[in-house]
Amino acid sequence: MSFAVPATLEARLDELTTHYPQKRSASLMFLHALQEHFGHISDEAVEWTARKLGLTPINVHELVTFYPMFRQQPLGKTHVKVCRTLSCALAGSAEVRAHFCEKLGLDAHAHAPQTTADGKFTVEFVECLAACGSAPVVLVNEDLHEKVTAAKADDILRTGK
Amino acid sequence: MPEQFKLILKHVDAPGYTPDIACYMRHGGYEALKLALATAPRDLPDGKKLTPKEVVREDVKASGLRGRGGAGFSAGLKWSFVDRRSGKPIYLICNADESEPGTFKDRQIIHKDPHQLIEGMIISCWANDVKLAYIYIRGEMPKGARLLEQALAEAREKGFLGKNILGSGSDLEIYVHRGAGAYICGEETGLIESLEGKRAYPRIKPPYFPAVLGLYMCPTIVNNVETLCHVKHIVTMGAANYAKLGTPNNTGTRIVSLSGDVQRPGYYEIEVGKVTIGELINDPNFGGGLRSGRSLKAVIPGGSSSKVLKAGEVFKLNRKGADGQMTKVDVPLLDLPYDFDSLQQAGTMSGSSAIIVLDDSRSMVDTLANLSEFYAHESCGQCTPCREGALWLSKGLHRLSHGEGRKEDAAYLSHIAQNIQGRTICAFGEAASWPVLSFVKKFRDEFEAQGAADEEARAKGTGPAHGTRTAASPNKH
Ligand SMILES: Cc1cc2nc3c(=O)[nH]c(=O)nc-3n(C[C@H](O)[C@H](O)[C@H](O)COP(=O)(O)O)c2cc1C
Ligand code: SF4
Ligand code: FES
Repeated sequence: MSFAVPATLEARLDELTTHYPQKRSASLMFLHALQEHFGHISDEAVEWTARKLGLTPINVHELVTFYPMFRQQPLGKTHVKVCRTLSCALAGSAEVRAHFCEKLGLDAHAHAPQTTADGKFTVEFVECLAACGSAPVVLVNEDLHEKVTAAKADDILRTGK
Repeated sequence: MPEQFKLILKHVDAPGYTPDIACYMRHGGYEALKLALATAPRDLPDGKKLTPKEVVREDVKASGLRGRGGAGFSAGLKWSFVDRRSGKPIYLICNADESEPGTFKDRQIIHKDPHQLIEGMIISCWANDVKLAYIYIRGEMPKGARLLEQALAEAREKGFLGKNILGSGSDLEIYVHRGAGAYICGEETGLIESLEGKRAYPRIKPPYFPAVLGLYMCPTIVNNVETLCHVKHIVTMGAANYAKLGTPNNTGTRIVSLSGDVQRPGYYEIEVGKVTIGELINDPNFGGGLRSGRSLKAVIPGGSSSKVLKAGEVFKLNRKGADGQMTKVDVPLLDLPYDFDSLQQAGTMSGSSAIIVLDDSRSMVDTLANLSEFYAHESCGQCTPCREGALWLSKGLHRLSHGEGRKEDAAYLSHIAQNIQGRTICAFGEAASWPVLSFVKKFRDEFEAQGAADEEARAKGTGPAHGTRTAASPNKH
C-alpha cells in the first residue's frame, strides 16, 4: 500500500507546526490528522511524521503506543466507545456494551477492542468520557450519545452513527 | 430553598444562546476584556504604584479565587509564583483535559459558551505578560476542539487576539492542542510533557514547578477551564464584590457535577459553601433525591480520587462562634457545606467538584473494583509503586468481586494502597490509593464478609458465593 499525504493535508500540518516554538510539540496533532485521514497510524505515518518534525521514528512510535486513542491497525468504519467508568457502570454501561457485542456477534466478555468481520463496527470499552450526568454514554466516531438504552443502541447499529 | 447561582452557566442552555461570537457579544461579551485593558494604575498606601496588569493580578488574589481543577489552590497566589526575572517567555495553558471520573462541567463551557473561556484566557494572559497560550483539550472532545478553533478564529478577526490587542500594545496567540485519551494528561506536568510532544510522564516537583520550569522549561501558568472563566467575572464585578459570593476563604461560585444514584443528575452552579451535600442530593432544585425506595449508602464527594463518605458519618468542623472563637462542631454528612475547607476537614476533598452518589443497592466491593480498574489502566507507568500497585489493587478487587476473595483481602488492599501514596512522582499515586483506603476503612465489614463468604463457598465446593460479572460492574447480580 502506498503512503501518500495529500498536499492540502500536508499544508494544513505545516501550518500547525507554526503554532509551537518547538516543532516536536505538533506530534499529537499530526497523529490525529493522519489517523483521521488514513484510519490508523501505519509505520509509514510514523516515519513521515518523524521526518517532518525532525525526530527519529521511535520518538513518534512511543506516542502511538502510549496514547490510547491512536491505533496501529485499521478498525471498523463505525467506532463504538462505551464508557466503562463508575457513573456509566451504575447506569448499566456493561449491559449496553454486551448488547452491542451480542447484536454484532462479538464476545461480550472480551475487554479489548473488537471489530466485526465485515469491518463495519468496532466496539470497545473506554474510560470516563466526561458526560457522567447523562450516563450511560457512548461515543460513536465523533458523536456522543447519552442515556443510551437498548433501543438507542439498535439505532446506532442500524444507521452506523 | 437552596438555589443555583448562575455566573459561569448564566447563558449555558439558555434558549437561543449559540456559541458564536455575535451571540456572545450581544450578551455583553468581551466587555470585561475592554475593562481590564483600561485598568488604571493603583497607588498603594505605602507609596508603591501598581501597573494596570499588577492591579488585575492583585484583584484575582484579593477575590479569593481558588482553582477549580482539583487542588483548590489560590489562583492569584499561583500567578504570583511565576518567575518573572528569568527573562524567559511566560506561557499559559488552559487545562481542558476534564478526565477525572464524575466530572463534566468544563464540557458545558467549551461546547456551549467557548468565548467566555477565551475572554477569561485573554485577560489572564494579558495580566501575566503571556504572549502564547494553549488550550489542552482531551482527545475525546473533537467537536469541542473544533468549536474552540472556530471561536479563536472569530476572536482573532475582531482583534481580541493577535498583534496589539485592541490597541493595548500587547500581543497574544492562543492555540488548541488535542490530547489523545490518557487521564494523566490532566496532571499539569504530564500535560506539559504531552504538549511538548512526548509521553505524558509527570515531572517531579521540586524542581519542576510549572511557574518556574514549565513548558519548554519556561515559567508556565496552568489553570482549569472554569478557573479562567471566573477571571472574567472578577474583572467585571470587582474583586470585593466577587468575594462576597460564596463563603469566606471559599469565594465565588462553582459548578458541581452530580451523577450516580439521584433522580436528577446534572451540572449545577452554586455559591461555594452555600449549599450542603444533602441539599445537592435531595433538593428538587438539585439531585431531587434518590430513586424511590432507596436509601443513601455513600457519597464520593470530589471526583473518583476523593475519599468516600459514608451515610450517617458525622464530622468535626471548625466553626467561628459569635464571640469570634473557633470551636469544633459536629456536622453530619448531609449538612456538610459543599466547599473546599469543609470537605477537607471532613477528611476528603472537593477535588473537581464531582459528586457520585451511591444508594443501598450498590456493592462497595464492586464499586471500588470499577474505580481501581480505571487507575490500573491510567497509571503512566513511571513509578514502580504506582504502576505495579495500581494493577495489584485492581486484580485483587477483581478477584474479590468475582467470587474468588479471601478474608484477608481487606487488609491486603489497604496495605498495597498505603505503600503507593507518598511514594510517587505525581499525585496520581494518592488518587489511586485514597478510594481504596477509604472504602476499605469505612466499609470493612462488607469487604471482609465478601471474602469470608468466598472462602466458605470454596471450602464447601459450592463455587462462587455470588454471581460472576463481566468487567467490574457495580450492579448487584
Ligand atoms: C492525576 C491528576 C489528574 C488531573 N486531572 C485534571 C483535569 O482533568 N483537569 C484539570 O483542570 N485539572 C486536573 N488536575 C489538576 C492539575 O494538575 C492542576 O492542578 C490544575 O489544572 C490547575 O488548575 P487550577 O489551579 O485552575 O485548578 C489533575 C491532577 C492530577 C494529579
Ligand atoms: S504516580 Fe503513577 S501516574 Fe504519576 S508519575 Fe508515577 S506512575 Fe505516573
Ligand atoms: S463515567 Fe461515563 S462519562 Fe463519566
